[in-house]
Amino acid sequence: MTALALPRVLARRPSRGVLLIAALAAFLVLWVVLRGLHTLSLGASQLTPLHHAVNDFNDALGAGRNTNPLFLYFFNEIRLVVDEFVTFVQAVIAQPAFGRPVPLIGWLGVVAIVGYVSYAVANWRVALPAAAGFAFLGLQGLWQESMDTLALTLSAVVIALLFSLPLGIWAGLSDRFNRLITPVLDFMQTMPTFVYLAPLTLIFLIGPASATIATIVYAAPPAIRFTAHGIRSAPHDTVEASESLGATRRQTLVKVLLPAAKRTIVLGINQTIMAALSMVTIAALIDAPGLGKTVVKALQTLDVGTAFNAGLAIVVMAIVLDRVTTAAGARAERARLDTRPTSTLVRRVVLIVGGALTLVAVWFSTTYLWAAEFPPDVSVGPAIAQAATTVTDWVQTNLSPVTGGIKDVVTLVLIDPLQMLLTESPWWLLAALVVAVSALIGSARAALVSAACLLLLVGTGLWADAMATLASTIVATAIVMALGVVVGVWMGRNQMVDRVLRPGLDAGQTMPAFVYLVPFLALFGASRFTAIVAAVVFAAPVAIKVVADGIRSVSPTTVEAATAAGSSTWQLITKVQLPMARHALTLATNQGLIYVLSMVVVGGLVGAGALGYDVVAGFSQAQLYGKGLAAGVAIVLLGVMLDRLTQAAARRSQ
Amino acid sequence: MAAPPELAEPTTTVKTEPVISVRRLWKVFGPKAERVPGSPELSALSRRELMDKTGCTAAVRGIDFDIAPGEVFVVMGLSGSGKSTLVRCLTRLIEPTAGEMVFEGEDILAADPRRLRELRRSKFSMVFQHFGLLPHRRVIDNVCYGLEIRGVRKADRLERAQEVIDLVGLGGCERSYPDQLSGGMQQRVGLARALAGDPDVLLFDEPFSALDPLIRRDMQNEVIRLHREVGKTMVFITHDLSEALKLGDRILIMRDGKAVQSGTGEELVGAPADDYVRDFVRDVPRADVLTLKWIMRPARPDDVLDGPEFGPHVVVREAVRAVLAADRPVKVVRDGELLGVVGHEEILASVAGEG
Repeated sequence: MTALALPRVLARRPSRGVLLIAALAAFLVLWVVLRGLHTLSLGASQLTPLHHAVNDFNDALGAGRNTNPLFLYFFNEIRLVVDEFVTFVQAVIAQPAFGRPVPLIGWLGVVAIVGYVSYAVANWRVALPAAAGFAFLGLQGLWQESMDTLALTLSAVVIALLFSLPLGIWAGLSDRFNRLITPVLDFMQTMPTFVYLAPLTLIFLIGPASATIATIVYAAPPAIRFTAHGIRSAPHDTVEASESLGATRRQTLVKVLLPAAKRTIVLGINQTIMAALSMVTIAALIDAPGLGKTVVKALQTLDVGTAFNAGLAIVVMAIVLDRVTTAAGARAERARLDTRPTSTLVRRVVLIVGGALTLVAVWFSTTYLWAAEFPPDVSVGPAIAQAATTVTDWVQTNLSPVTGGIKDVVTLVLIDPLQMLLTESPWWLLAALVVAVSALIGSARAALVSAACLLLLVGTGLWADAMATLASTIVATAIVMALGVVVGVWMGRNQMVDRVLRPGLDAGQTMPAFVYLVPFLALFGASRFTAIVAAVVFAAPVAIKVVADGIRSVSPTTVEAATAAGSSTWQLITKVQLPMARHALTLATNQGLIYVLSMVVVGGLVGAGALGYDVVAGFSQAQLYGKGLAAGVAIVLLGVMLDRLTQAAARRSQ
Repeated sequence: MAAPPELAEPTTTVKTEPVISVRRLWKVFGPKAERVPGSPELSALSRRELMDKTGCTAAVRGIDFDIAPGEVFVVMGLSGSGKSTLVRCLTRLIEPTAGEMVFEGEDILAADPRRLRELRRSKFSMVFQHFGLLPHRRVIDNVCYGLEIRGVRKADRLERAQEVIDLVGLGGCERSYPDQLSGGMQQRVGLARALAGDPDVLLFDEPFSALDPLIRRDMQNEVIRLHREVGKTMVFITHDLSEALKLGDRILIMRDGKAVQSGTGEELVGAPADDYVRDFVRDVPRADVLTLKWIMRPARPDDVLDGPEFGPHVVVREAVRAVLAADRPVKVVRDGELLGVVGHEEILASVAGEG
């Protein structure tokens, strides 16, 4: 009986694929009929009561900033402490202070210190390029801007590490605390960088203090996570051996766990520094001083040359910081294998002599003007800006048929139709479709989350803008995934390709999201397409790496068995490797979406419009403040919805 | 004919005051584990039934044993039999659920954390299957570790570490890092670390299971040599019967957390308690383990009783030549009393593995 009934049951329930297509078809039919109805669109300067309410709230906060006890004794104190600290660091390397016309330590001193510290934590192969890189910042004519960025980054990193290392150790030792903090960290990291800024300005005002606090919030999670992970993955046997010898908890922590986790912790610090740099540049939007501000100003006037010069400075600083901290992590390993006493002796001598020379350089830089202020007459900055402008002009005059062609085709074929579908549909119809899709490819839970997020999106009053952003996000993610699969499979199957491409991808990921805007602005001008391309370039490396690792982790025995059965390469990829790596594919989609989303928002600066524009406008115009804040919330809602949906899909694929 | 070597009297119980005495020791993992040992109903269940009924796993179930000073006590069992949990209970690396453990007259379970640390620092040392070395420290600093956490002065601990490093044959490797050494050498570091604190009892948790067979044999001989030289009490966990027979004065066989049988090697081989043990010892070369008392038969009236004499504890292998060379049965004699005789038939059956 049951054996007979079974196939009939299966036959009666259509597969999820069929249901998905049916849902899409129903949506299209209804869309044609109901197009333009209930679209909830809102003009650029139109405000909803919610936005007004937020404006009023902001005004009320501003008025009560010095009377409200919460501000008086808590927020203002935090702001003051952070501000004092940042100002102090700026006074040391960036801004005139202590009654001097120049900062305490001039360029010569900073370059010497960078070289010396790099040598101390790594080796001379890292130290020389690091010093040269910093000297180059001066040559670009961006010394003070660079030092402002560095000062903010370092302040934020120092404060972030002050509490994230202890928290990480705690999470490493206590299962309960680890369970408690993991979802918080997940949430902090899936939120696009931008959205920290708006609520923080509400409390801490616009300026360096807010920028630093936003940076701390953004940069702390990696250090916490890596520290906890390093401690958790210390070999269990070793910990047990230490206990069996009668070590106290403290002794085991200091003598076993921390040394074992050292490398991972340094890696976490590296991530924290890179995240901080990325955020400090973005924080230019809330008036943080430094290179980011130069880029933002140049982008707003479409001055590609200046933007390029400053962008290049960010890249140089990112490379130096990344190389030095990465080498510091690797150094412990290599140094211990080198047991020759002579090399330790040489190193010690170099450290002492170098230290003395560094002190001399610092003394020069505080005493003589030539060593304090970078000589302006040797600047190559204008030349770089000029060259970039020339190239841009040439490209725009001569290649515009090509670049413009690509842009128009993609815009016409992909972006416009999709955006039309999403923004011109009645909101409830689209919401119903999204919930149905969430239930079909994710889970009932994901559908519930989607429904809640969609309703809240309607509540923000920015439904139409959110849908336009969603359209760009989907297009960019689709391109990211296409790239991810093609390049990822290639890398996963070919060791050579992996070795060639991986360093480039790693470097791409450490760059602050900002700098990707510049070259594409040069190529394509300000448009939605430009923002999408920048987002693709920013998000593709992570997707490619996840796919490549997924392909590589397919059991070699299975691949061998399939090859032995006479599969062609194509069959091997499509029937064995991709299906077995499908968890990696969904994970790549998840990561790709989050990265794209955080970038499409940054793209608001180069004409992405929609939510990105709302946020940027909110920072610059007081009457749009409430709308900008609502747009930030809308981005978070989109992020949460897409993240939960793809995670549910990933779990289903496992 | 050379006089037959006399072996020590086999012991099933410890006659001197035991170093460690364990009674009704239980370790149950899972929710509300403490109710299991106390309940006659639950403690009678098999592992599977207990799991289904309570969600608990009983790793050690009511084990009793005594260990004499200077003895090598082997706990043997297959993986999952609870032997590693048992040895960890002895120093409370895993907290036992119920039972008594007395060490040199002191109740270990009553020790507070401070006292427990003192015991671990000075009385017990453990050698681990996967070595558990500190990868970021050189060999000599690994060996020093136990002394360092006790607060021994640096010069003293380096001196002591050098002594044990030489003792275990690691001389010359002091400045290496663990991952530069082979598995066998790494385990020597583990051994040296355990010996450095001059403990009363050495605990070995399958120390040689991760090593190649040849190196394993070397290390077993090393342990035998060390036992001869330093005379420590040793508790040795293994899943390898030949290792157990080679090292153990007495052996405890565990299965599913319970003790199946305990006794000397020849007792296990000669008189297996049940089919499980019988199956275990089936492939053991009996002539190497059994003594004459296990294969002798009572003298019959027609036996000619003027052949060579042997003690009852002579291993069969050593008596084979003498028995086969004699044209009459060999007498097994203790203190002038005739216990039995061994003829060609008995000796051949034993060598052929049938006895």
